[in-house]
Amino acid sequence: MRVVLRSAIGRLRLGRDQRELALLYVACLVGALLVSLLLIEVNGSSWTRAVNALVDGAFQNPGRWGETLRRTAPLLVVAVGSVVATKAGIINIGQEGQLLVGAMGGAFILTLVQPGNPLMLVLGIALGAAAGALWAGLAGALWYWRRIPIVLSTLLLVYLSSQMAAFTLTRGELLLNVVPGEPNRLLQSAEVAPGSRLGIIEVFGNRFPLSVPVALAMALGFGWLLSRTTWGFRLKVLGLNPRTAQRAGVSDVRYGMSAILVSGATAGMAGAMMLAGGESQYKFSSGFSSSVGWDGLLVALVARNSPLLAVPVAVVFAALRSGSTFLSVAGIEAVLVDVVRALLVVALFIPPAISDLRRKRRALASLTERT
Amino acid sequence: MLGFLGNVLTDGPLYESTFRLAAVLAFAAVGEWVAERAGTINISVEAMLLGGHFGAAIAFTASPNFVLAIAVGGMVGVSVAALQAWLSHYLTADQFGIGLTLNILLLGLAAFLQPRFDLDTRLAGVTSIPLLADIPVLGPALFGQRWPMYVIYALVPLTWWLVMRTNWGLEVRAVGEDPQAADVSGIRVNARRRQAILYAGLLSGIGGAVYLFGQVGRFESGNIGGKGIIAIAAVIFGGWTLRGAVAGCLLFGYVDALRLNLPTILGYSLNSQLLASLPFLATIVVMLLFAKHTRQPVALARPFVRGLK
Repeated sequence: MRVVLRSAIGRLRLGRDQRELALLYVACLVGALLVSLLLIEVNGSSWTRAVNALVDGAFQNPGRWGETLRRTAPLLVVAVGSVVATKAGIINIGQEGQLLVGAMGGAFILTLVQPGNPLMLVLGIALGAAAGALWAGLAGALWYWRRIPIVLSTLLLVYLSSQMAAFTLTRGELLLNVVPGEPNRLLQSAEVAPGSRLGIIEVFGNRFPLSVPVALAMALGFGWLLSRTTWGFRLKVLGLNPRTAQRAGVSDVRYGMSAILVSGATAGMAGAMMLAGGESQYKFSSGFSSSVGWDGLLVALVARNSPLLAVPVAVVFAALRSGSTFLSVAGIEAVLVDVVRALLVVALFIPPAISDLRRKRRALASLTERT
Repeated sequence: MLGFLGNVLTDGPLYESTFRLAAVLAFAAVGEWVAERAGTINISVEAMLLGGHFGAAIAFTASPNFVLAIAVGGMVGVSVAALQAWLSHYLTADQFGIGLTLNILLLGLAAFLQPRFDLDTRLAGVTSIPLLADIPVLGPALFGQRWPMYVIYALVPLTWWLVMRTNWGLEVRAVGEDPQAADVSGIRVNARRRQAILYAGLLSGIGGAVYLFGQVGRFESGNIGGKGIIAIAAVIFGGWTLRGAVAGCLLFGYVDALRLNLPTILGYSLNSQLLASLPFLATIVVMLLFAKHTRQPVALARPFVRGLK
C-alpha cells in the first residue's frame, strides 16, 4: 500500500511549490471549517446537525442533487462572464444588478406573453442578456467617456437596479400581477408562460432545467474563446498591459467595451434563465437575484479566472445554497451559509498568495546567496 | 415652486438630518480618503462600518458606557481592516474580491449572531453648544446634535494634519503616487498601505458606532446598507481632496435627508423607489459632471509587487 502510494506521488512529480500549495489549501480549508463549526457551537446549535442538514439538502435526500445542479447554472454563467471582464483588466463587480435587470427584462416577455412558445423563450432570454449588457455597458460608457471607475459605477448600479425592479412590481401595466378582487400583498409578477419555460431534464428523479447544460457549454465555449481565439488573446494583452495593447493596435475602448458587454450579457442571461428555469416558482420579484450575482463573481475569483475551474467551484457554492434550505428546517439560521461561504472564499484566496510570496522570497534568497 | 425651494433651503429639521446622515458618511469617507491616497480602494469600508455598528451594540449591552462602546466599535473596524490589509497588501490577493467577501462575511456574521445577543442600546443624549446652537437654520444642525456626532469635528482636521503635515502622511501619499520610487527611497510600500487601511478601519468603526448612538439607537444588520459605498463615492467625488470628500458627504447626506424629509416638506410623498435610488443616482450624476476635472492618485487600485510596474 505504502509503496503504491509513494509511487503514485512520485509519478505526480509534485515540485516543492506544488506540495506546499496543496498543503496550504488543506490547512486553510480546515481552518475555515473549524471557524465555521465553532460559530455554530457558539450560536448554541450542534455542528453535526448543521453538517448533516447541509449534506442532506445538497446531495443526499432524493432529488436534491438536481436542485444543486439547478442552482449551479446561473452561478457558472455569471462566473464565466466575470472571467471575461477580469481577463481584460476590467473590474466589473455589479453582476448582482446586471442579473436582476436581466431577469426583469426577461420577465417582460416571459411572463407577459401568454401562453408562450419556444420562440418567446429565446426572445425572453435574449432580452435578458441585452438588458444585462446595457446595464454593464452603462458603467463601461461612463468609464470610457468620463473616467468614472467601473468598480464604483457597477456597484452603484446594483443599488439602482433593485429599486428599478421594485418599481416595475408596483404597477399593473408593467410586471405586477394584479389578481382581480384580491389585495396585492405579494409584489410579484405573473408566472412564466407554460410554453416559454426551459425544458426540464430528469435523471434518477433529479430534475434540473436545460440551463445546466447551457451553462456547461458556455463555460467550455468561453474557455476556448479566451485561450484559442484572437479576441481572447487581445483581451489578455489588454488586461496584462494596456500600453502594450495600444502599441499592438488593440483598441482599449473596443475590446474593453466588448469584455464588459459580454460580462453584463452573461449575467443578464443568467437572470433570465433562472426565471425561465423555475426560480421562485417562475415568478419575478424584487428580491429575485438573491445574491446569485455576488456569488457568481466570487466563484470567478476563487476559480482564479479559469472558466473550467469555475465549474467545480460553482457546484460547491450551489451545494451550500441548496443545503441552506435544510438548515432552517433543522433550526439553524440559514444566514450561516453566507458566513461559511465567505470564510471559504477567504480560505481559498490565501494559499496561492502565500505560495507566491514564499516562492519570490526563495528566489530572492538564492539570488543574494550567489552574489 | 419658489415656495417649495424656500422650504427645501430653509427647513431646519432637513439640515439636522442632513448633518446626521453626512456625519456617518464622513467618518468612513475621511478614513477611506487616507487609504485611497495610499493607492488602495477598500470596498470593505461597508464591512468596517457594520463591524463598528455591531461591535458597539454588543459592547454597550455588556456595559452601558458610550465612550467604551465607541472605542470597541473602532477596534472591530480595525480588525476588519486588518484582514483586508493583510490579505490584499501583504499577500496581494485581489483587493476588490477581499472587500466584497468581507462585506458578505460581516453581514452574515451580524445577522447570524444577532439573535444570540439580547442587544439593548439607546441613543446618546443631545448636547447643545450654547450660543452656536442658536444660529438660525444651521445652528441646531451643526451644534445641537447628540454628542457622539461631534467626534467628526475633531477627526477631520486631525486627519488632514496627519496626511498633509507629518512624515507618515508624506510617505502615505508617496506610496499612492509612485510606489516604485517610494520603494527605492526606502519606504515600506505595503506597510504604509496597510497602516492607511487600518486608519480607515478605525474611523469607519467609530463611524458605525456613532451612527448607532447618534442616530438609529437600535442595531439592525441592514442599517448600513450601502453607506460605505456612498462614502467611497464621496472620496471620488471630492477628487481625492479632504475638503472635497467632506463636501461630497454633505451633498449625499443632503440628498438622503431630502428623501426622508420630502414627504413632510411637500405634504405628499414622491415615488418611494425613486427617492430610495436618489443618493445612488445623484452620486453617478455628480461624478459624471466632475470626475474628469480631478486627478486621482496615480497608483490607485494597483497592487504593489517589487519589480513589477
